[in-house]
Amino acid sequence: MLSRVAENLYWLARYMERAENTARLILVNANLLLDLPRGVSPGWAPLVRIVDGIEAYRESGRKFTERGVTGFLVGDVSNPGSIVSCLSSAREDARTVRDSIPREVWEHVNDLHLYALAHLKGGVLKSERHRHLQTVIQGAQTFTGMLEGTMNTGLGHAFLCTGRYLERADMTSRIVNVRSEPLLQDEGIEGLRPFENIQWMSVLKSLTAYQMYRLRMRMRVNQAAVLQFLVLDEEFPRALLYCVNAAEAQISRLPEPDDTLRVIARVKRQLRESRLQRVTVDSLGGYIDALQAGLAEVHDALVAAYFDPDITTD
Amino acid sequence: MPDLLHGYDPGACWDELLRGDGRARPGAASLMTYLASLDPDELLVRQDAADLAIKAMGITFTVYHQEEGSIDRAWPLDIIPRVLSAREWSRIHKGLEQRVRALNCFIDDIYHDRRIVADGWFPGGYIDDNSNYRAECQGVSPPLGVWAHVCGSDLVRDADGTVYVLEDNLRVPSGVAYMLENRKVIKRVFPELFERSTILPVDDYPSQLFDTLAALSPRPADYPEVVVLTPGIYNSAYFEHTHLAQQMGCELVEGRDLVVGDDDCVYLRTVAGLTRVDVIYRRVDDQFIDPEVFREDSMLGVRGLMRAWKAGNVALANAPGAGVADDKLVYTYVPDMIRYYLGEKPLLPNVPSWRCADAEARAYVLDNLHDLVVKPVNESGGYGMLIGPASTRAERDEFAARVRRRPRDYIAQPTLALSTTPTLVGNRIEPRHVDLRPFILSSDRCQITTGGLTRVAMRKGSLIVNSSQGGGSKDTWVVSAARGVR
Repeated sequence: MLSRVAENLYWLARYMERAENTARLILVNANLLLDLPRGVSPGWAPLVRIVDGIEAYRESGRKFTERGVTGFLVGDVSNPGSIVSCLSSAREDARTVRDSIPREVWEHVNDLHLYALAHLKGGVLKSERHRHLQTVIQGAQTFTGMLEGTMNTGLGHAFLCTGRYLERADMTSRIVNVRSEPLLQDEGIEGLRPFENIQWMSVLKSLTAYQMYRLRMRMRVNQAAVLQFLVLDEEFPRALLYCVNAAEAQISRLPEPDDTLRVIARVKRQLRESRLQRVTVDSLGGYIDALQAGLAEVHDALVAAYFDPDITTD
Repeated sequence: MPDLLHGYDPGACWDELLRGDGRARPGAASLMTYLASLDPDELLVRQDAADLAIKAMGITFTVYHQEEGSIDRAWPLDIIPRVLSAREWSRIHKGLEQRVRALNCFIDDIYHDRRIVADGWFPGGYIDDNSNYRAECQGVSPPLGVWAHVCGSDLVRDADGTVYVLEDNLRVPSGVAYMLENRKVIKRVFPELFERSTILPVDDYPSQLFDTLAALSPRPADYPEVVVLTPGIYNSAYFEHTHLAQQMGCELVEGRDLVVGDDDCVYLRTVAGLTRVDVIYRRVDDQFIDPEVFREDSMLGVRGLMRAWKAGNVALANAPGAGVADDKLVYTYVPDMIRYYLGEKPLLPNVPSWRCADAEARAYVLDNLHDLVVKPVNESGGYGMLIGPASTRAERDEFAARVRRRPRDYIAQPTLALSTTPTLVGNRIEPRHVDLRPFILSSDRCQITTGGLTRVAMRKGSLIVNSSQGGGSKDTWVVSAARGVR
């Protein structure tokens, strides 16, 4: 398999997963809106930081308002991280690997991209936001389902899945990170304490994780248990450890995977050894940043091993 | 006279299917009888079926559009085939073979001793100011002495029935995949026709192309690794690149998939490491294939490719620099090349041409612009031409100025009355002008497509057949007289 084809398949899956999770990220914040008392609104600026978009945001000349941030994250074609841009990139990748994926998958990606282009403002209006983001999420889920249902499970499939799980791990960590940000503009307000657990419930719901959380954890929502679930669960498919395990299984199907597997093993150790009980709202950000750095190293290892290997011609 | 053809009038043009008296030409009889038996609605149904099949099979070509970027368009195919008798084709076949043999001798000579210049048959100055001449190729000896492995020569027929060679495309000629797909579609929508006539098959082309390329391998002992190098998805012929790669069972690669090692060999980057490449069927223009030698800003090429080629470690088809004979001024010398290198009489004539570089010819051209077609020597795709009879005064003045400024860059030809062939237009059959592009393969032996790609100008009276400018296409039949012909 050509390195370029492998890389494009990997990125195709990453971009689709990123589009889905960006939609989920916006939903967390939007759900908070509904649960908070009158007069208190969540800040939207942290979302931009969480997706590493501060610089692009400043360049866009927008203000850090709800309208500005949702517009930027959903339909801004000049923001490479927006949902529409992710879907464009996914479409470009799919187009170059049309021979390697089932025809229906290509058509689906193409359709979803056209839908996003036709609804650039879909995430801005409150009345349409939920439905629009759900359409994106379901579109991405359909993509994943079609691949699992119709594609040969050879090398190409392994690269797709690797991309999907690494991106999902990364984005889940970012979504968890939403909670570590001073989301509430009026932090000083005493009356907000009771809402803390509600905010964690929003995080769960935006990851479609609330029901699964109840089934697995069998306890009411609190920070430590939610973190335990979203970071270390081995059965919930959006939990970090689950994703890293899944990526590991896929990478072990690739030719000469040892170098990459070593990096994965390090990330897993990092996950397992963490003392989640001791993580506070203040230290959560640093913990998540370290995990994301680990995931980036896995990506670098894939690039070095498969996508852009050092050339030795002996 | 079939109803569908009622009022069909090609005027003074030669018609490919019908003679002046309305009877079918050799080979076309059973097709014409069959068309006559169809009612007009049936023909429209078949055309719709063909259009649908083209969409379903994903046969597209890419047009670059200012606002929308590049768009994939369905390939335009007219369902009424164009017919050539096997007898006429065999004559054309011999002429093409002779022509390409001479062209390859010429290119090899130009990049070595230039005997043809020394012997006074060809002006050496036309090489040095030829924008397709590559000084970097001087002295290189590609395998088998062949430079143009795939040549697409455009043929046209004038009112008296003479077939002329209009131009030779020796750089990266395209269209052959459409020839193959046209046949598949017509077989699908007109299966009964194939029972009535002996239509020679065309499907062999991908295997012939593979054999042509494989014969160039620098490691003849091993099964050769042949790849197709494409500029990528935005190229207008991307569909053809994927098609040929699939049919030959080769990897379709882009420049970044290849790398030249310290050993001056070319390698394919795969997830399992590097794999040596023997032959590259490159569909990227010369100037873009190697940023080390040609355009530095090229993202489409492979750094070091020319080094590897010169060292004989990889074969490139077509060889860089082969386009030197693509120049239309050089074209005017092809009949002389045939005489000079092969000592033979040219079997296929050139369209008579005036070289604007000659003062006398230039004076004639400038006086007769309204009757002539003036062509830049270096364009393809039908761009930048002046069609005298269809031009305005202002256009002619502008062209005259251009010709005076750079006479070397223009040739002129009489406006040929291109032949016509019955074509479905709306719900009627009308005459439309056509040309023919056969593809000639050369390496250890010469092989030619059976027929080729027929392009048709869909607008009434238009002579522009290029698909980028609204042209359509037809399935091209070479019909054997063995049976089925009345």
